[in-house]
Amino acid sequence: MATIELKQVEKRFGEAYAVKPLDLTIPDGEFIVLLGPSGCGKTTTLRMISGLETVTAGQILLNDKNVTWLHPSARDIAFVFQFYALYPHLSVRNNIAFPLQAQGEKKDVIDERIKQVVELLRIEHLLGSRPGSLSGGDKQRVALARALVRRPQAFLMDEPLGALDADLRETMRAEIRQLQLRLNATTVYVTHDQIEAMAMGDRIVVMSAAVVQQAGTPTEVYYNPANLFVAKFIGSPGMNLVQGAFADGAVRLPGDNQYLMPDGWKNSIARNENLIVGFRPESAHVNAEGALRGNVYASDMHGSYNMLHVNMQGDHVVHLRAERGTHYPIGANIRFDIDPEMVRFFNPQNEMALRKN
Amino acid sequence: MVNRRLLSAICYLLSAIRMSNISLSNITKKFRSVIALADVSFRVNDGEFFVLLGPTGAGKTTTLRVIAGLEKQDAGSVAFDGEAIDALTPADRDIAFVFQQYSLYPTMSVYDNLAFPLRSPVHRVSEEEIKTKIRGVAEILRISHLLDRKTARLSGGEMQRVSIGRAIVRDPRVFLMDEPLSNLDAKLRESLRVELKHIQKSLGKTILYVTHDQIEALTMADRIAVLNEGQIVQEGAPDDIYDRPATTFVAQLVGTPRINLFEATRQNGVVTLKDGTVMVESKPNLPDALLLGIRPEDVKPDANGKFSGQILLKEPLGVETVLHIKTGEQTLLSLVPGMSDAKIGDVLKFSIASDKLHFFDTNRKRVNA
Amino acid sequence: MSSFAETGPRRPVTESIRVDKVSPGARATGAVRAVVVVLVALIMLIPIFVMLITAFKTRIDVTASPPKVFFQPTLEGIVLLFTNRAIAAPGRQEELRQLAREGKLNIFEQIALDSGQEITGASPYVGRIINSLLIAGISTALSVFLGVLAGYAFSRFSLPGKDDLLFFILSTRMLPAIVVTIPLFLMFRQVGLYDSHLGMILLYTVFNLSFAVWLMKGFFDEIPREYEEAALVDGYSRLETFRKIVLPQSLSGIAATTVFCLIFAWNEYAFALMMTSEKARTAPPSIPSMIGRGGVEWAAIAAGSLGFLIPVIIIVFALRKYLLRGVTFGAIRQ
Repeated sequence: MATIELKQVEKRFGEAYAVKPLDLTIPDGEFIVLLGPSGCGKTTTLRMISGLETVTAGQILLNDKNVTWLHPSARDIAFVFQFYALYPHLSVRNNIAFPLQAQGEKKDVIDERIKQVVELLRIEHLLGSRPGSLSGGDKQRVALARALVRRPQAFLMDEPLGALDADLRETMRAEIRQLQLRLNATTVYVTHDQIEAMAMGDRIVVMSAAVVQQAGTPTEVYYNPANLFVAKFIGSPGMNLVQGAFADGAVRLPGDNQYLMPDGWKNSIARNENLIVGFRPESAHVNAEGALRGNVYASDMHGSYNMLHVNMQGDHVVHLRAERGTHYPIGANIRFDIDPEMVRFFNPQNEMALRKN
Repeated sequence: MVNRRLLSAICYLLSAIRMSNISLSNITKKFRSVIALADVSFRVNDGEFFVLLGPTGAGKTTTLRVIAGLEKQDAGSVAFDGEAIDALTPADRDIAFVFQQYSLYPTMSVYDNLAFPLRSPVHRVSEEEIKTKIRGVAEILRISHLLDRKTARLSGGEMQRVSIGRAIVRDPRVFLMDEPLSNLDAKLRESLRVELKHIQKSLGKTILYVTHDQIEALTMADRIAVLNEGQIVQEGAPDDIYDRPATTFVAQLVGTPRINLFEATRQNGVVTLKDGTVMVESKPNLPDALLLGIRPEDVKPDANGKFSGQILLKEPLGVETVLHIKTGEQTLLSLVPGMSDAKIGDVLKFSIASDKLHFFDTNRKRVNA
Repeated sequence: MSSFAETGPRRPVTESIRVDKVSPGARATGAVRAVVVVLVALIMLIPIFVMLITAFKTRIDVTASPPKVFFQPTLEGIVLLFTNRAIAAPGRQEELRQLAREGKLNIFEQIALDSGQEITGASPYVGRIINSLLIAGISTALSVFLGVLAGYAFSRFSLPGKDDLLFFILSTRMLPAIVVTIPLFLMFRQVGLYDSHLGMILLYTVFNLSFAVWLMKGFFDEIPREYEEAALVDGYSRLETFRKIVLPQSLSGIAATTVFCLIFAWNEYAFALMMTSEKARTAPPSIPSMIGRGGVEWAAIAAGSLGFLIPVIIIVFALRKYLLRGVTFGAIRQ
């Protein structure tokens, strides 16, 4: 397997940037996820790595070798598409054999390699069928087999689970990740689904408007988002963000709420009169003695936990994770606390997170 | 014809009182030889958010279309407030239908879309009144700034808000909604879920909502009916459905990640899995062969736990983390709050809440122990 | 190859293109391909070009060998096409020349005079063009109107034997026109429809209808039923729903169907030749009939063909965005 390195890679269409200059190093065996809303440049980045799209400037290195202007087939990278891209007129066996035949492998080598991958993916029973008769999950397994059989340097996957229903997506998510761990395969995975990104990635590269917003482990992007975009985009629901004003060691929040600034933040905040307080739903707790007040906007059950939506004032609704079995009527007054370790602050002007010091 | 006029007049009077419950009795519907609905009966109470939950092809949408009068049932009857409405045309039933997609007329502006139902010959509302009503609804749904736009220029969320607006503006007796959120992106779906529930509770309207998404059902419903292959499998509050699923089908349909389900046997006073792992002491009324269901959140990491296994995979989702634990011959999913710091390959001790176990017999029906 | 792989192209690439398509070799191949396509297109256009210049040539230039590309353009062909002329006696010619000098002759009369002729009236071609316009226009309108209604019914309602009916409708298009002309001719003569406008309109309508029904059914199938059902629930009748919701959305489909029907009815030759003689004769069979009436008037034939092309070209250009665009409007989310 290989390391992939992007050096100041950019893509312009005329004057408009699809991807602004981007530096990224993907070490051997890493599962990296490019995450962002549609049109953020994640797919273009992936396609540039594969050679299906030219770069406007910059270099792409595979194992320290410059492959920027190499033919896609000369890069030894496998690409898995959202809509499988299986050849409908060929049997599953011939679909899998196709890349090997293209390389001119001998028949016994091909048979041996096919045997290995179908065992790995547990699709032996499908070899004789046509792709048209397979379910979505099986189609994607066959597509993976076709990618694997070549033993490429790296895998590029473009929303491979996007066309599957929710249930199957969960199963395939775990399957792909387990396979990747077993093969220690360098993988670049594109998705717009933050849950998929969180669940699968060693690292997540969050992109928006052609720019990388943050690159980090799931825990980093979840608890320490670099800016408001990441805070909102990651998490379901996203981070609670409340406008406030800082004065006399406390933050004034909507609904006459005073939030006492936890230790360690005062220095970084003194310069910012207006700020945004952020916290995750599970970092706040309903507490009869709590410092913050609001009334219940809605309350709902998510299976293993309840979610409480609290309106602090006007449209400022925050979401709190609550234990199962707790019920609050709509409109009820409620008090809650935020875990001081888990609270975050943002500068509303440049939308960047403030650092503790 | 006279009868129909009379009926619709009665309906109109009733709608002024604004009580609205729906009851379906023994509805059966066939498409050629395929049975879409088999003897479906349920009742939606006034002011209730009622969700029909089921997989694709379960007959949810057909049920909704029968209630709307877009489809004629082969047997059975639909009644609003106790009055059978089977003879009425869709226009005379005084319902609003929110579709999954395609519901906005692309050649009209948002305002004209909202005004369309009010301008229909059945309703005959003056243009002046239409304007007032639309202003009010646009306010509630925060779409006032969109009124002059063509619908083709709206985003997905705006479109669906306008569709809901078109339903509200008529102030119908009942709202029928067919997966209105399923084409939106996850973030939008989440916030509209909360909005919809809030609006429904504030206006006190009756909503019958169809979805295949269990999270939508759990989060919004006052009551849920689970539909499978044209039949109602279970009816109850979200807590009932989740905590006491009537069949393995319901148990697997509701809850994410899926419930852990293992074949087990009862012998020598204990329940044992196939590989010999003893799970729990048996209760007297359990059958010999059974299926054991364990919700992932009931598998809890616990230093003093009686079970142990190796972590195969960790899926941090944010609010919760899913751990895939290999124990014996089974892989068990465990759901822990927050971002877990467990590592793949670690050996983990865990306990299973024995009072939260679900038992099913070989017919996949729940056994209450 | 190796040097290109290291250095890349000289200028930055700001279009969406595969890496291997920007190598010098690939770019050169692309350029060659473009040249070949343009060449073939030009060759295909030669007949049209010849027709265009022939229409404006004099009788002498037309037959010149080798053919002239540069020549003095004249409207002689047009005059030949649209008018009946008689050779003017020498005395009459003098009179006409006098009138011409006084500026009392229009351009066509002058051209006629140049070859010693006097215009005596409009040629039958004028009437035939009018016939063509009437017959093609009315039959197109009829077949689109009926096709829209029938197509909607086939798309939305469950009719007994629907599939068979649809196939039957299409089967009327399976026989080549020439096979049915003789029986049709006999039938038309019996019922007095031979050489009548009504007969031709009916014939073209029937022939186009199957096509219109199939095409419109396809377009209606693409419009989601949910729109109509929403309107039905909102309190509208089926017909109002059709008028207010379905029709506005199927305009592009109707436009496409109109163009196809019009092109058929306008260009149709075989039926027109057999079923008409004088009264209802359309333009297509009359153009070749100009051959052999006192020598071949190539300029007139070319002018006739050219004039005959123009209405179709105008319609197709006016509706071309509908022809290219599908029927899916913006608000439909896939």
